[in-house]
Amino acid sequence: MKKPEDIYAILKERFGEEKVEFKEDVKVVPFIVVAPDAIKEVAKFLRDDDDLDFDYLMCLSGVHYQKDTTLGVTYHINATRKKHSLTLKCIVPEENPHVQSVESIWKTANWHEREAYDMTGIIFDGHPDLRRILCPDDWDGFPLRKDYKVQEYYHGMKVPY
Amino acid sequence: MPELRTEEMVINMGPQHPSTHGVLRVELVLDGEIVVDAIPHIGYLHRCFEKHSESMNDYQQVIPYVDRMDYVAAISNELGFAIAMERMLGIEVSERVECIRVIFAELQRIASHLVAIGTYGLDIGAFTPFLHCFRDRERILDIFESTCGARLLYNYIWVGGLSHDVPTDFKDKVRDFVQYFPPKIKEYNDLLTYNKIFIDRTADVGVLPADVALNYASSGPILRGSGVNWDLRRDDPYSIYDQFEFDVVVGKGEMGTVGDCWDRYIVRVREMEQSIRIIAQAVERMPDEGDVKAAVPKRIRPPEGEIYARTETPRGELGYYIISDGSMSPYRVKARSPCFVNLSVLPAISRGSMVSDVVAIVGSIDIVLGEIDR
Repeated sequence: MKKPEDIYAILKERFGEEKVEFKEDVKVVPFIVVAPDAIKEVAKFLRDDDDLDFDYLMCLSGVHYQKDTTLGVTYHINATRKKHSLTLKCIVPEENPHVQSVESIWKTANWHEREAYDMTGIIFDGHPDLRRILCPDDWDGFPLRKDYKVQEYYHGMKVPY
Repeated sequence: MPELRTEEMVINMGPQHPSTHGVLRVELVLDGEIVVDAIPHIGYLHRCFEKHSESMNDYQQVIPYVDRMDYVAAISNELGFAIAMERMLGIEVSERVECIRVIFAELQRIASHLVAIGTYGLDIGAFTPFLHCFRDRERILDIFESTCGARLLYNYIWVGGLSHDVPTDFKDKVRDFVQYFPPKIKEYNDLLTYNKIFIDRTADVGVLPADVALNYASSGPILRGSGVNWDLRRDDPYSIYDQFEFDVVVGKGEMGTVGDCWDRYIVRVREMEQSIRIIAQAVERMPDEGDVKAAVPKRIRPPEGEIYARTETPRGELGYYIISDGSMSPYRVKARSPCFVNLSVLPAISRGSMVSDVVAIVGSIDIVLGEIDR
C-alpha cells in the first residue's frame, strides 16, 4: 500500500516535474496534476508497474472551473490487489480542451470519456468513438458548463419548461 | 432458386422491450442468429440530476434527487451521499444511527436482489418465481413504510442522521423477517436456481473473464460473478461494516464457466443470505435510545475542497465525487453509477452469442435505467 506522496515521487522520477505536479495543501485528499499530453503514458505506467498496479479506474469526471476559465478531468484510480488509490487531474483551457484518451489503458474510460465530452465538451484525443452518450447526438451546448444556456427549441419542441 | 441473402441485419432491441427493464435500446448487428455486435444506446431517461444538484440551496436537498437514480435501491443511494458529505464535514454519527442505516441498507439489498432475480426469471420465461420474490419484498417494504411512510423513494437517510426515528416495534419486525426469510431462499432455489431449463439458458452464456471485468471496472455481483473477491463493505469499509461478520460470495462456475450468467445470478441469491446475517447482528447491536437527528447540521457549508466516496450498493460501486466551493450549494456532484459502468461491458460479452441470449445477458447485469441515465 502506497501513499500519494510516494507515488508522486516515483512519477516525478520517471516523467519529470514539468509533466506531473503534486497538490497536497488541498482539503480532504491530495492529488496529482498531470499534463494533458502525458496522461496516457502516466496511466499506462501506473497500470503496468508491478509496485503500483492500478488496475481499476473507479471514476472519470469532467469539471468546469469557471473562475479559472479551464476545464478539468479528474481520474480516481484504485489498485484492487495493492489496495491503494490515487486522484489524478488534467487541466485544460476552455477554448482548446484536448486531453489524451485513456480508453486503451482502462476500457471503462470509453463511456466515462463520452459522458465527460457530452456534458462539458472536453475532447479526448485517440478515443475510438467519441459521440454524445446521454444527450441526443444533435444537442447544442454542454450542459454541465457553468455558463450553459439551454436551447430554445429542439426539433420544433420548446425546451425550457 | 434465388440465392440466399447473406448480408448482416440490424435489429433494434428496445427502447420499448420487456427485457430491457426501462428504456434501453440495444442496436444488434446480426449474422443470422449470431450477434456480431451489440451497441447500447442510453440516455432516454436523462434528466441531468448533476445539473439540478448544482442549483440546490442546501446539500440536504440533493438527497431526494439521488433517490430517483436507482429507484429499486433508493436507500443505498442516500447512504452513499450521506457518507460522502459526512466525511467532507467531519461529522460522526451515533452507533444507533449507524445500526439503523446498516439494517436498512441490507434490507434494501435483499429487496433489490429479489427484484433482480424475480425479473430475471421473467426474462428467461419463468413466471412463478417473480410472484414469490415480490411477495417477500412486500414484507421489507412494509418495514420501510412503517418507518418513513414511503415504499420506494424514502428520503430517509440524511446527512448527519435520519429523517425519522424507527417505530417502537421495529426490532421485532426485523427479527420476524430474519426468521421468515431464510427458508424462502430454498423456495427460490427449488423453483428457479436449480431448474434444468434455467441452467440451460444461463450457464456458459455471456462469460465475462475476471481480467476483462476489472478492465471495464465492473463492480458488485458482476465482478464477483467473475470470481474476483472484492466487496467494498470489506475492502474499503464505510459505516460500521467492519464490525460485522459476513462472507463475500464469488462465482465459481458450478454450472458452467466462471463468470457466466448463472454465476452472476447465484451471487445475488447467496448475498441475500449474507445480508440476513448482517441484519441479525446489527439488530442485536442497536441501542434502544438515542436521538437520530442529533448530528444533523442546521446549515451545511463545507469548506472548499472535494471528495470521492464510494459504497457498495446492490448493483456495485456507487461513487460520489463532490466538489465544494465553500458555499451552500454543491459546485459539482458527479455520481459514478454502477449500472452505467456495468452496462458498458455488454458489447464485449454479447459478441458471438445467440440473439436470444442477449436477453439473458442484459438481465444478468441487472440494470436500472434511472441510474444509468441519471
